[in-house]
Amino acid sequence: MTAYVRKQMLEPSPPPASQQGVIGWMRENLFSGWVNSILTLAAIYVLYEFLSLGLPWLWHGVWVADSHLQCLEIIAERFGPDASGACWAVIRERWGQYLFGFYPTEEWWRPILCFGLMLVALVAPLFADDSKNAQWIIAPTSALTLVLLGGAGAPLLVMGIAVAVFVLAAWASDRPVKLLVLTGVYPFVAVWLLWGGPLSGPVLAVGGFVILWAVVKLFSGRLGVPLSAGIGIVAAFLWWTVIEPRLTASLPHDLLALAPVESENFGGFLLAFIIGVSSIGMALPLGILLALGRRSDLFIVNKLSVGFIEFVRGVPLITMLFTASLLLQYFLPPQVQFETILRVIILVTFFSAAYIAEVIRGGLAGLPKGQQEAADALGLDYWQAQRLIILPQALKISIPGIVNVFIGLFKDTTLVSFVSLMDPLRGVTAIVRADIDWKAAYWEPYLFVAAIFFVACFGMSRYALYLEARLKTDHR
Amino acid sequence: MAYATEPPKQGFRLSQLIYDTRYRGITIQVVALVLVLLALSWLVGNLMANLEAKGKDIDFSFLWSRAGYDIGQALIPYTNDDNHFRAAMVGLVNTFVVAIIAAFFATVLGVLIGVLRLSKNWLVSRLMGLYVELFRNIPLVLWIILAYVIFSEASPEPKDFKVVDGVAKEEMFLGIAAVTNRYTTMPAPVLDRPLPEIAGLPTSGLAVILVLMASFWVLSLIRRRATRVQEATGVRPGTFWPGLAVVVLPVVALLVAMGFHLDYPTFKGFNFKGGLQLAHAFTAMVVSLSLYYAAVTAEVVRGGIQAISRGQSEAAFALGLRPGRTMSLVILPQALRVIIPPQISNYLSLVKDTSLGIAVSYLDLRGTLGGITMNQTGRELECMLLMMGIYLSISLILSGLLNFYNASVKLKER
Repeated sequence: MTAYVRKQMLEPSPPPASQQGVIGWMRENLFSGWVNSILTLAAIYVLYEFLSLGLPWLWHGVWVADSHLQCLEIIAERFGPDASGACWAVIRERWGQYLFGFYPTEEWWRPILCFGLMLVALVAPLFADDSKNAQWIIAPTSALTLVLLGGAGAPLLVMGIAVAVFVLAAWASDRPVKLLVLTGVYPFVAVWLLWGGPLSGPVLAVGGFVILWAVVKLFSGRLGVPLSAGIGIVAAFLWWTVIEPRLTASLPHDLLALAPVESENFGGFLLAFIIGVSSIGMALPLGILLALGRRSDLFIVNKLSVGFIEFVRGVPLITMLFTASLLLQYFLPPQVQFETILRVIILVTFFSAAYIAEVIRGGLAGLPKGQQEAADALGLDYWQAQRLIILPQALKISIPGIVNVFIGLFKDTTLVSFVSLMDPLRGVTAIVRADIDWKAAYWEPYLFVAAIFFVACFGMSRYALYLEARLKTDHR
Repeated sequence: MAYATEPPKQGFRLSQLIYDTRYRGITIQVVALVLVLLALSWLVGNLMANLEAKGKDIDFSFLWSRAGYDIGQALIPYTNDDNHFRAAMVGLVNTFVVAIIAAFFATVLGVLIGVLRLSKNWLVSRLMGLYVELFRNIPLVLWIILAYVIFSEASPEPKDFKVVDGVAKEEMFLGIAAVTNRYTTMPAPVLDRPLPEIAGLPTSGLAVILVLMASFWVLSLIRRRATRVQEATGVRPGTFWPGLAVVVLPVVALLVAMGFHLDYPTFKGFNFKGGLQLAHAFTAMVVSLSLYYAAVTAEVVRGGIQAISRGQSEAAFALGLRPGRTMSLVILPQALRVIIPPQISNYLSLVKDTSLGIAVSYLDLRGTLGGITMNQTGRELECMLLMMGIYLSISLILSGLLNFYNASVKLKER
């Protein structure tokens, strides 16, 4: 009598139909209980309400019309009298103002080139040890910039120079740190490109910084960093106030000159980027100093830093902007006159410096104590330890926070319209809606501005998240 | 064997101020202080010279002169015959009103959205993620302006609510509230027998707040006694019903005594009569601040809950705690420690962001003291100083509370 013995394994039977496939996924993720089912249904209802209003409106959009009224007529003609629809014609007609304000149309290639160069210049500090992503940024940026430059009718010589710079950047992008030179030169090039004037302006301005750097390099061994920096600043200041004006006067005015553009013509997202980027750029060194001051054992330095940071963080940005437009003049000698945009940049720099200082303080606090102790054990003095050991690590872990400060600041640049600058949101939209043709358009301009802000800020916050994940090396 | 050399005995040399680490700190501080003082004196000197050139002085007495402008939304008694100081106070109250209402809605909405964002429901968590990203990545000013424009340009006129032949063109919301293109109307709380005013202060409102504070104090006493009894006997006496009674009854009694009831708006003639009529500036501020800060709060709540490691809830389950008690006894106390500090700084930014009311001409502190008063009197310096001082004190008080709270919930490590 032989018992029946199965010789072969049975095939595993498939899971029941309700556990797999689309139905299984839906049961698991959408209808896993009565609470979840109600939530799902509610969500579907909300989505339906939004889409049933929004989609036809987008679908019926009219791109070519002379006025809002004509838009409505076209929509009524095409889709019936009750149809609602977007009037994108206003964007089609006015997008230039939203991007550049009243910047002269034939010079639009200058801000475009400026923006493309900015992205390339930012690659070095932002993707310092990630050549793959650096190339990913540089390649499309270069292509897009060149296309836009061509579209804006840039001179051939400029196109050639741009191509050369981009090729150079692509070549150097296997080690993005090499691009730091470009980052250092960029601010001066940007100012020259945007405001115009002879090339000698930015070159001479760089001269001051070269002097500062040379003095620090020469004397810091003997006198220490603070003292030599002080001497360097005095020397650079002398250069800028005494020597530079004379040199400028003696040089010909039209040497490699770009057509000058007045600050009043700056507007739209160009203005938002100028204020945001220049303020963050200048606030960074100030913020580092404030953060170091706040951690310092020196009583007076510490209290001064704390006082500044807490004061600035305690008042709304709008009061700082009012200070820029109304009060700054009171605190300066009568012969010193700034344009509003410069005054705003100065005050916004102070404002963001305080926030950046707090971010960097967090980065400094995130470093283990052993790093400072190891630096001390090696016999490094304070500034050497900060420069070589502490700050590189602290800054690296602060970059996501700094990017977040920048996002906040970039959004806050919309406030400059309250000191009568032409920001994209209120300034330009007010101009557009003051036109009798577009008076009734409100969804379209605001949606347009919102979309650009969303793309820019969302992209930057993704970058911050990417960096946070990348930097999670767990020092402790 | 005296190989160790004595430290060189020499007098103090000037170069030690720079090279000797014992003195260098002092040198740096003195230099920094001198530089700062020089800069300050330069600024103040410029200020004095500039003021003199313009024939101005620093004088705060303008605060006591007649303001002469009307404020639509005045929660403390105010007429245009009152002085600028009173106007500034009205503005300050308006700032607080918007901030408190928006903070309340932002907290409720934000907690809800933050929790839903972690929900296992795929659709709901995605929708909440979309909401958060949408609001966080677009400037607050845009939301304020958009809300204002929608209220004032896309809503019906008051006369559309008129009932003609039994039908109205527009229906009121639940029959008690309506958004029109001129104002939003809703039921108003009214007191028939309010307390007499003392020195222009709204005593009735203050009385309600005082009674509430006293009630909560008694509530904390009841809780503390319950804990004492529990520690002595092991049995915790019920605190829910007595607590509820202590909190609710006195306030209700006070309100009944003052004759509290709601006054509903009704359509009469060409307009709404009765009820509250809220200006669009106010509604737009409340709506956009609430929605924006709800998104910000949701992120904080989500981060706080995610910061608590899974092991905590697993350990609680292993101890046999039910899910509800796990949440209230294990997860929440720890999550709150993570949530509350950033949330308080969110409230701080919310208070500062009420100054964006400038976009819709909302008459808050910025609109009165830093707006009309400043323009009328031409006292920019004094007004800005006062305004910055007030905002700064609010911030410092709030961050003081934050530090106090942080110290009290800090992990006690041995």
